[in-house]
Amino acid sequence: MTHINIAGLEVGQVIGSKEFLLTRDSLVRYAGASGDFNPIHYRDDFAKSVGLPGVIAHGMLTMGVSVQVAVDWVGDPGKVSDYSTRFTKMVDVDAEEGAVLVVTGKIAEIDTENNEVRVDLTTMFGEVAVLGKAQVRVRL
Amino acid sequence: MVNPNVEGKQYPATEAYLVGREKIREFAHAVKSSNPLNFDVLPAQAAGYEDIIAPPTFAVVIQERSLATVLADPEADIDFSRVVHGDQRFVHVRPIVAGDELTSVLSVASVKNVANLSMITFNTEIFDAKKALVCTAISTLIVRGEE
Repeated sequence: MTHINIAGLEVGQVIGSKEFLLTRDSLVRYAGASGDFNPIHYRDDFAKSVGLPGVIAHGMLTMGVSVQVAVDWVGDPGKVSDYSTRFTKMVDVDAEEGAVLVVTGKIAEIDTENNEVRVDLTTMFGEVAVLGKAQVRVRL
Repeated sequence: MVNPNVEGKQYPATEAYLVGREKIREFAHAVKSSNPLNFDVLPAQAAGYEDIIAPPTFAVVIQERSLATVLADPEADIDFSRVVHGDQRFVHVRPIVAGDELTSVLSVASVKNVANLSMITFNTEIFDAKKALVCTAISTLIVRGEE
């Protein structure tokens, strides 16, 4: 059980919103932590040689930070039973400025029988949504 | 183009991966988690877990190891330099906990060759030391064809 009372929830309700700054440092840190050492995530020359504008963030890093909005809300990362997304747009990470992601979570479905909710996440990079159908099932 | 004959192919189980506390902390830090259950043993135990638990996308570390065997398989014929990640899903029976010894079995769920692209979907089933399913990771890679 969590502190959240399912009866008090409404579809469409915003559960939280958070800004994340991804810098080149964040990408190197994620590469080490995840084991994904594709050089498109830390070398501009290599990224450009395969037709990218420059270094881009790991899709899995964007997915991993975005879900924190749902985790912060429920309080226990172990309550996330199902999490899926499509990677629709790339996040190019400027060497000096980095890239700012703004993640918002909303209640999309309430399943009182199983005491579960579905939270949909929107992850914006400037004006662009970078994840498609980012859906998190949370056990309450 | 990815060889469509690998559809349905199952790869041998990977060697056991021992989930360390510091690895979970390192990963949690990298995905900008500030949740105490990812970092501190006492609150994790108070929440009913044996040790600290991993963030919801940590299973990618195990999936990555399984994928490496497919990418190295000449039969599948996947050019990694042309791969982009299409979509990803994690279905958890329970969270991954520090101390878990995990093995994974990967199978190719589908291969679709459309125009100049291949889409290949993998299911990676992750089991604990008691052979109980912990998580299924489902991943679709898009392989761009030669220009």
